Amino acid sequence: MLEKPKRGVSSVKSSHFRRRERIEKGVLRIVRITGTLGFLVLVLFPFYWMMVSSFKPLEEIMFHPANLGLDLHRIDFSAYREVLFEHGFAEYILNSAYVSLATVVLCLGLAIAGAYAATRLQFRGRSFMSYGILVIYMFPAIVLVVPLYVIFAKFGLRDSLHVLVLVYLAQTLPVALYMLRSYFRNLPLELEYAGLTDGCTRWGVIWRIVLPLSAPALATVALYAFMMAWNEFLFAFMFLDTPEKFTLSRGVVQLSESVHLSKQLVMAASVLVTLPILLLFLLFERHLVRGLTAGAVKG
Amino acid sequence: MRTATHRLLERERRLAFWMLLPAFAVVAALVAFPVVWNFWLSLKPVLLADLRGRSLFEFNLTLANFRQVLSDPGFGSVLLTTLVYTVGGSALSILLGLAAALLVREEFPGRAFVRGLLISPYIAPVVAVTFTWSFILDPQLGVVNWLALEQGLIRAPIPFLTGHWIEVAGWGETWRLPLALLAVIFFEGWRYFPFAFLFILARLQGIPEEIYHAAAVDGASPVQRFIHITLPQLATVLATLFLFRFIWTINKFDDIFLLTRGQAGTEVITLRIYDYAFGEFNIGAGSAAAVILFGILSAFLTVYFCWILREAE
Repeated sequence: MLEKPKRGVSSVKSSHFRRRERIEKGVLRIVRITGTLGFLVLVLFPFYWMMVSSFKPLEEIMFHPANLGLDLHRIDFSAYREVLFEHGFAEYILNSAYVSLATVVLCLGLAIAGAYAATRLQFRGRSFMSYGILVIYMFPAIVLVVPLYVIFAKFGLRDSLHVLVLVYLAQTLPVALYMLRSYFRNLPLELEYAGLTDGCTRWGVIWRIVLPLSAPALATVALYAFMMAWNEFLFAFMFLDTPEKFTLSRGVVQLSESVHLSKQLVMAASVLVTLPILLLFLLFERHLVRGLTAGAVKG
Repeated sequence: MRTATHRLLERERRLAFWMLLPAFAVVAALVAFPVVWNFWLSLKPVLLADLRGRSLFEFNLTLANFRQVLSDPGFGSVLLTTLVYTVGGSALSILLGLAAALLVREEFPGRAFVRGLLISPYIAPVVAVTFTWSFILDPQLGVVNWLALEQGLIRAPIPFLTGHWIEVAGWGETWRLPLALLAVIFFEGWRYFPFAFLFILARLQGIPEEIYHAAAVDGASPVQRFIHITLPQLATVLATLFLFRFIWTINKFDDIFLLTRGQAGTEVITLRIYDYAFGEFNIGAGSAAAVILFGILSAFLTVYFCWILREAE
């Protein structure tokens, strides 16, 4: 709410101010409403179009490319059937799920142990470690891909989902360590001392006291690791050769190279890879936003 | 007593070592080591075919890779494209993020939901959104071109992602614009504005209301309040955002690779690295280009932090 102008300002002047205030407020409200709607259209249209096109038969896409709507009586699921069972996407979903969940589990395990050690235990090189974490964060994937490709090719480690999980783990760990460490640091020490004097081991303290208290941070880290692994394209593209081992992202690229005109197939595949991550995001928005604002998601 | 504490400390140290070791080993093996190894490879004449032999580990260092990369006639334009893409993409994503943050700053019903929707481009997998945008902008089947044709806005479809240049008439002159490069910069803005949006929104909510009240009492209009209060309060976060976006955009590979494969004047340095290593099978040259990218980034960071320090004084 706007406060009234101070007394003593001449009435001519104050009425001028008030008019200007009113006009600008009115204009700004219109700008705000139209701007928000415009933004939403720009942001959401590609998702809408992806969805709608995946339900259209090929003729519709070929002959009515400017039809913005979707004929509800002619919704066609054949693109999904074809993508899932003829182009192997049923398998890619399982591969992506395995890679992402394995990354999450390993990332949580190693990051909890590492971050706890770096926060609570005394050892040399502690501060060095925390800076190193962030420096490493700067290196682009493309710079890592060339030497990793060389090493993996040399030792026959390419084309393996397990090795891919390790690569994703290395990509997520620095940030996971950083996030958990800053969270652990703010937990009350007294509880842990109490646990230790009551005869808990360090592991007992972590399991019974630290982890239950850090549930929100753990959720953020898990979501972040899942999202990174699920969405990742470059490493999967470079390191996987056998179609049976493809992740979803890798599979979509393969599909787009093999079917040039059947856009509805590529769109159906895109929906399959997008939907799980968007649903997860809408369910756990608050946790993910915290991860984003912690500078977590490199994008 | 002393020895007991000592023993405890010793035990803590050993425990810390074993707790940190797995994480440290994974990051060292799969991030730190490749980075160092990359420098080694950049100084060696390595082709993809050499991976089988022992020559990878031989001590035959040379600067030939750097000479090759730097004397490549196209390298200047690659650097220019990289610069335009990085600065343009960073600036656009921050401007869009600023606009979005100002739009949803005040409470309204469904605000949290709108905020969630606005973040979705950042969450969605890169392959899905790049293929969708390629489809939308396609000259043959794309909805944008067909709608514009139907409305009579254009006479021929515009090849947004495959056309190098486009001539646009305006202000009595014809302008030659790099079409595909502008399209990927637009995509960059679309996909990454949520990052800036979240940070700016958080900062906006941290500005105390009293300042605005005081300014309103003194007769400052909403626009004046924005210019004299909001913008200065945002200066730090905008500068930090530019740093982050610059680093991440110059390092970006996936988006351009999936949208244009670096064709039509969109070849940035990361795509050049890929082309050397996996297109021409010249691992050495690819690594050398990666070192050059790293050098450019370090130079930028040095300048940035020197400037920050001078501003702070």
